[in-house]
Amino acid sequence: MHSHEAHIQNFFTFGQQILAFPFFIALIFYIVAVIVSNQHKKQWSHYRTSCWIVGCVSALVTLIGPLASLIHVNFVAHMIGHLLLGMLAPLLMVLAAPMTLLLRTLPVNTARTLSRIIRSPYFRFVRHPIIASTLNVGGLWLLYTTPLFNMMHEHLLLYIFIHLHIFLAGYVFTIAFIYIDPTPHPHSYVFRSIILLVALAAHSILAKYIYAYPPQHVIATQAELGAKIMYYGGDAIEMIIVYILFYHWFKSARNFKAAISSHSNYSNEPRF
Amino acid sequence: MYEEKNHKHENRFHYKQRNMWTGILFGLGVVAFIDEVIFHQLLHWHHFYDKSTANIGLVSDGLFHAFSFFATIGSAFLLADLHRRHGFWLKRWLGGIFLGAGVFQLYDGIIQHKFMKLHQIRYHVDILPYDLVWNILAAILIVIGIILLFQTTQKAR
Repeated sequence: MHSHEAHIQNFFTFGQQILAFPFFIALIFYIVAVIVSNQHKKQWSHYRTSCWIVGCVSALVTLIGPLASLIHVNFVAHMIGHLLLGMLAPLLMVLAAPMTLLLRTLPVNTARTLSRIIRSPYFRFVRHPIIASTLNVGGLWLLYTTPLFNMMHEHLLLYIFIHLHIFLAGYVFTIAFIYIDPTPHPHSYVFRSIILLVALAAHSILAKYIYAYPPQHVIATQAELGAKIMYYGGDAIEMIIVYILFYHWFKSARNFKAAISSHSNYSNEPRF
Repeated sequence: MYEEKNHKHENRFHYKQRNMWTGILFGLGVVAFIDEVIFHQLLHWHHFYDKSTANIGLVSDGLFHAFSFFATIGSAFLLADLHRRHGFWLKRWLGGIFLGAGVFQLYDGIIQHKFMKLHQIRYHVDILPYDLVWNILAAILIVIGIILLFQTTQKAR
């Protein structure tokens, strides 16, 4: 029995290393891209570089190290991990504008191909606010209200898939609502506000649901504390998203007159 | 036109609706926030989750919770924008605040406390005086809000 648990433990340590690898690569690539592009373009903002570093680190601490091993056995740690990997890391990495950096670092032709890929119908579909919210919050509902949460801790592939999904869905969700990188098919502020509101509500409702009905095999006291962390911690990060959304509106609303006179300049930013 | 100071008086008519909605949003957000901080966190009169049977309670509470901070942040930016356009109208904005605050408090007092029985204001005491104070206060807020909004609807005073 004991050796079986040890075996499972090793199994997941392996899974975590696989998951951590892309974040290491992303961290190194970003810094290399900053150094390379700084040589022939103007200085890349330190604020963005630090966002990327902190974002990658907050994803990494959930995947390797002491917190990562605690996550398997403790639901409270699991929720802290959810906030870091699914919400904070994506937000910080979006704020770091990786696409903008990539586009200015790559040779012109490659950059054009890349921007064609971003404009493709697939990305347009996935980053639609409703689809992105469903993938993100809907995925969480599926995870915590079905046996999936238990199955995840028994099957390595499922474990890797769900963790990847949590990060990617968090990232797509963030870029669906706040436009830092170039955004080919923008949605209006009103539309984004309404969908964001519903998504945020669904997140807090899920937190309360977990509080009242813990996932299988999770001790009630841990579920309650975990739910509170999800609820209030989620608020803190969601407030930043709401703040940025309104801040962008505020900035674009100032340019109202300018936008009418030079209609092409601000076509990327729809009005409230 | 709306960015010149001497047009201030006309601007506020121009942004009449926005003054009202900014106030309503702010009122809703602030009262929901006060409710959560004072009654849930500080006094511990009622809690995060009191009743484990009414699922609809989870939904309504979650929606209002998200709305409260969304409204507070959003209305602050809307307010800043009104100031920038010199279209701010204090009286109408206050009217909006009273209306928004009152409507939320009445909703909380009637629908959440009584219909859904999500939680009560306080436990192990005679609840009637609390309910009366809560809902009458809400009604007074609404009446003040409506009066202020009516007074600012007429164009010429």
